[in-house]
Amino acid sequence: MSVLIYTENTDGKFKKSIFEAVSYARAIADANSTDLTAVSIGNVNADELALLAAYGADKILNVTSSNLKNFVNQAYASVIAEAAKKTGANVIVLANTLSGRGLAPRLGAKLEAGVVEGAVALPDQTDGKFIVKKTAFSGKAFALVELTSAIKIIALTPNSFPVTENSKPVQVEEFNVDTDPANFKTMLKEIVRSTDKVSLPDAEIIVSGGRGLKGPENWKILEDLADVLGAALACSKPVSDAGWRPHNEHVGQTGVVVSPNLYIAVGISGAIQHLAGISAAKVIVAINNDADAPIFKVADYGIVGDAFEIVPQLTAAIKQKNKA
Amino acid sequence: MKILVCISNVPDTTTKITFTANNTQFNTNGVQFIINPYDEIALARAMELTEGGKGTVTVINVGTVATEPTIRKALAIGADDAIRINAEPHDAWFVANQIAQYIKTNPFDLVFTGRESIDYNGSKVAGMLGELLHIPSVSIVKKIDINGQEATVEREIEGGKEILTIPLPIVAGAAEGVAEPKIPNMRGIMSARTKPLAVVEPVEVKLIEEVISYELPEPRGQVKLAANAEQLAELLHAEARVI
Ligand SMILES: Cc1cc2nc3c(=O)[nH]c(=O)nc-3n(C[C@H](O)[C@H](O)[C@H](O)COP(=O)(O)OP(=O)(O)OC[C@H]3O[C@@H](n4cnc5c(N)ncnc54)[C@H](O)[C@@H]3O)c2cc1C
Ligand SMILES: Nc1ncnc2c1ncn2[C@@H]1O[C@H](COP(=O)(O)O)[C@@H](O)[C@H]1O
Repeated sequence: MSVLIYTENTDGKFKKSIFEAVSYARAIADANSTDLTAVSIGNVNADELALLAAYGADKILNVTSSNLKNFVNQAYASVIAEAAKKTGANVIVLANTLSGRGLAPRLGAKLEAGVVEGAVALPDQTDGKFIVKKTAFSGKAFALVELTSAIKIIALTPNSFPVTENSKPVQVEEFNVDTDPANFKTMLKEIVRSTDKVSLPDAEIIVSGGRGLKGPENWKILEDLADVLGAALACSKPVSDAGWRPHNEHVGQTGVVVSPNLYIAVGISGAIQHLAGISAAKVIVAINNDADAPIFKVADYGIVGDAFEIVPQLTAAIKQKNKA
Repeated sequence: MKILVCISNVPDTTTKITFTANNTQFNTNGVQFIINPYDEIALARAMELTEGGKGTVTVINVGTVATEPTIRKALAIGADDAIRINAEPHDAWFVANQIAQYIKTNPFDLVFTGRESIDYNGSKVAGMLGELLHIPSVSIVKKIDINGQEATVEREIEGGKEILTIPLPIVAGAAEGVAEPKIPNMRGIMSARTKPLAVVEPVEVKLIEEVISYELPEPRGQVKLAANAEQLAELLHAEARVI
């Protein structure tokens, strides 16, 4: 038995969600008294690779073939499958990022391995079983899924496992596999960078606006608040439907499901479809001028009042605190 | 161009989720079932891409006879014909194998799924189908256009988006932005009754996962209301320790 983790990089850097997944994979390896191998694909420098060892990777397989510079799920799945073969891995961990979500099922089908996408806890291995808890019904519930295949694949939800230091000697091995050209039909034409400072799925703090903000011209007060908090911006569905904000900011059952430490809902009523997307938030704050708005039923903290007054005051108060 | 749209039958988004049989079964009592919202988006895009006689749209569902109203709804929206693979959709692996088997003998240029089903949230069927059929797949598609034998696909990535070009056939998992869902009109509803709906028997698939039970999230405590912004900032800092 051994554990493999695929460590996705973003422009040569690993994000926090990757270190969480490494820590998680380390915990599984420890529970089974076995070792953890990381596989990194693309251009990542030695200092950055060494960080994987700091969070518990015993060995790092470094794949730098030039044809694998850009993510193509089909090709990456075949590389990771080769790495799994080489290391005899029977548990493979990924972070449930946008790319991870395309990769895990391809890898699963290739290896005939059961896949849990959106895991939120370590597997329960009591009595030789392998049961993983994941979100289901768009955040309205959890499912406990037993995997019975020889190889098991887990894609871990960001912000659901703490980053844990667990330093191992750095051991990097160049690993290059011949990949079938048939795996490279997908051609990257262009990458368009968004100007968002923080991406929503791995944001630790989110400031989210609803129809209560009345129009896109009023987003400035939310941007200011997000700036002092280092937060990502989000919105409710009607806001993106109306074109006030882009669709990729829409949170909820039919949008992004988020798991931040702090979610600040401003002028959002708290419809069941919206709440589905935020049930994993650790702390929910509501700012709404209707004391009966359903959002207050799930919020931990709140203010009943006019967002146009309160949000700038909150921004100022936090600025004060940051200075202190 | 032949397009296949995979549709799953899911509880309406307003459903309050509860479980029965010691939390091992989803309580379907009084639950309204709908076409998975992302599949509706996929269907709408499929119709746009084949508009004006440029192709056909087939919908496929793995489900028991109970899902036929949902399939008929897809026909009413505008699909040309439908396939139902007659089995309980045990999980994504089971579903993907059934659909892949069907496609192997009935090829399509473009296979749409939704980005994810809103009940089990696997985001798995698209990628599994791609791998089983040895063709490219894009799991979270924000935009898709077809030019001749090539698809141009926009995919969301961390911190931006990618624009990809891929020769057909491909599997695409439709997300918001791909199209606006279409509402069936009277003519559609009338014609849906007579459009072909073929029932196909499933193939055998070795199962590799099982839902053991469900849990509901911990209920949240009472909200603590702050009198003003300063007090709220203080609570978030000193008590909740999140800022
Ligand atoms: C199939 C389907 C899927 C859906 N999926 C989603 C989803 O994924 N995500 C989602 O968000 N929605 C979703 N919805 C929509 C959902 O049902 C609600 O309509 C939506 O969440 C409401 O958005 P809102 O809270 O911004 O607007 P509203 O419900 O209009 O609420 C606005 C709130 O702002 C408050 N307000 C007004 N003025 C002020 C002020 N000056 N200061 C402070 N507060 C103020 C009001 O009291 C009110 O509570 C879905 C609906 C359907 C049918
Ligand atoms: N029973 C089913 N029959 C047909 N298609 C399905 C079924 N279940 C899921 N799908 C398709 O797969 C997509 C993703 O589902 P999932 O992988 O379960 O999140 C859905 O949006 C559907 O397009």
